[in-house]
Amino acid sequence: MARRTPLFAVHERAGARMVEFGGWDMPLQYGSVLAEHHAVRRSAGVFDVSHMCIVDLDGAGVRALLRKIFANDVSKFTTPGKALYGCLLNAHGGVIDDLIVYYRNEQSFRAVVNAATRAKDLEWIGRHAASFGVTVVERSDLAMIAVQGPEARARVAARLDARGAERALALSAFCGADIDGWFVARTGYTGEDGFEVMLPADQVQSLWQDLVAAGVVPCGLGARDTLRLEAGLNLYGSDMDEHTSPLEAGLAWTVALKSDQAFIGREALEAQRARGIERKLVGLVLQERGVLRAHQRVIAPDHGEGEVTSGTFSPTLNRSIAFARVPAGADGAVQVQVRERLLDARIVKPPFVRHGKSCID
Amino acid sequence: MSKVPSDLKYTRTHEWLRTLPDGSVEVGITDHAQHALGDLVFVEVPEAGRTVAQGEPFAVVESVKAASDVYAPVSGEVIAGNPALAGAPETLNTDPYGAGWLARLRVHTAPGALLSAAEYGRLTTEETD
Repeated sequence: MARRTPLFAVHERAGARMVEFGGWDMPLQYGSVLAEHHAVRRSAGVFDVSHMCIVDLDGAGVRALLRKIFANDVSKFTTPGKALYGCLLNAHGGVIDDLIVYYRNEQSFRAVVNAATRAKDLEWIGRHAASFGVTVVERSDLAMIAVQGPEARARVAARLDARGAERALALSAFCGADIDGWFVARTGYTGEDGFEVMLPADQVQSLWQDLVAAGVVPCGLGARDTLRLEAGLNLYGSDMDEHTSPLEAGLAWTVALKSDQAFIGREALEAQRARGIERKLVGLVLQERGVLRAHQRVIAPDHGEGEVTSGTFSPTLNRSIAFARVPAGADGAVQVQVRERLLDARIVKPPFVRHGKSCID
Repeated sequence: MSKVPSDLKYTRTHEWLRTLPDGSVEVGITDHAQHALGDLVFVEVPEAGRTVAQGEPFAVVESVKAASDVYAPVSGEVIAGNPALAGAPETLNTDPYGAGWLARLRVHTAPGALLSAAEYGRLTTEETD
């Protein structure tokens, strides 16, 4: 049976449509996906992301461990609270998972990894942690919610005392802090400002209910997917996996190839870069009516074929958008096979939407 | 509880059929179907002149999450697809039995095995339970 988060009863009472996702029973939508999407772009929405796996890495050797298993530049962790997005790579440069790592202090970092990859991630991290004297503790005692949207930070700050609110509102983008027993981070997966809050499981129901009472809209996985795609953010398992390198997944910016960090997968990525990548991940905007969906065939004139990896209707742009993996030379106009028809689409550089505004001409 | 108007006929695949005064029929998807699909963002209706067989996929409705086929509840020739749905697919959510009609057809052969409102109502109640 699928696992349940500490908010399961709250979702059921709210009449959410539940689906299994990554081994968890999660809300797909509470009512209208479009309304939930727009709430995040225009005011504030709250997501239960307690299915995600929070892992604390503690010990004197933790920075050295991260230099080995985390493909982003660990020397960017200069100030406690700093968060970095990056990948765990295998020796072939394939993506084991994508994750956010938070620098709490020199002895203690926190990673948040995907639910569906939890077991293999814990095994991989644990296998390497031992030789660095680092303990790996899954924090299943914590729940996690994401409060996202232009009004999100103010709504969360109102749930903290004056000193805590001041500290939370002072956080820079992609930074977090321990505040009154909660870990509050200015991170998210929507392209909007907001906080992700990790807190003891027995406190999450009252925080959720207080936020909803203050007008924050409960949002499910349906809106989470349309928001992340508009924001140009990859979904593990759809846009990249162990057979895709970050260079083929639009994630070159997360890879520490400019530093001397000897992370696992580095040699494979250097070799791939030297010979040139054959495929790349691009954004697509559909020029006609219709909806792009994963696995549709993409035809790039003079360059060959590719495939949509994630596609949806963009509620903000009122047209369909997608990620597609295409031959490296492809650019400009392409066609996508939707059922029996070939529809015109255009390659664009993600994101499609940031802070409620279109990034597409 | 979804609406099931008593003057329409229904299919097990959640289409409805209304016989018009001139003997042609209007078809669409039920309130139960639109609710299960969620916000509809794209609708592909059949072109006039196309001949369809009962049970054949003849329209496509797409929600944010997925594309679903709509099956012809009768065999016949398409007189018109609803042109208003291209610019306003949400009409299927707000008025599935009225402005959200998908197509009008000239019936070739009398349809077999359609459900009454009472029968369709029981079917959807069983599905929900």
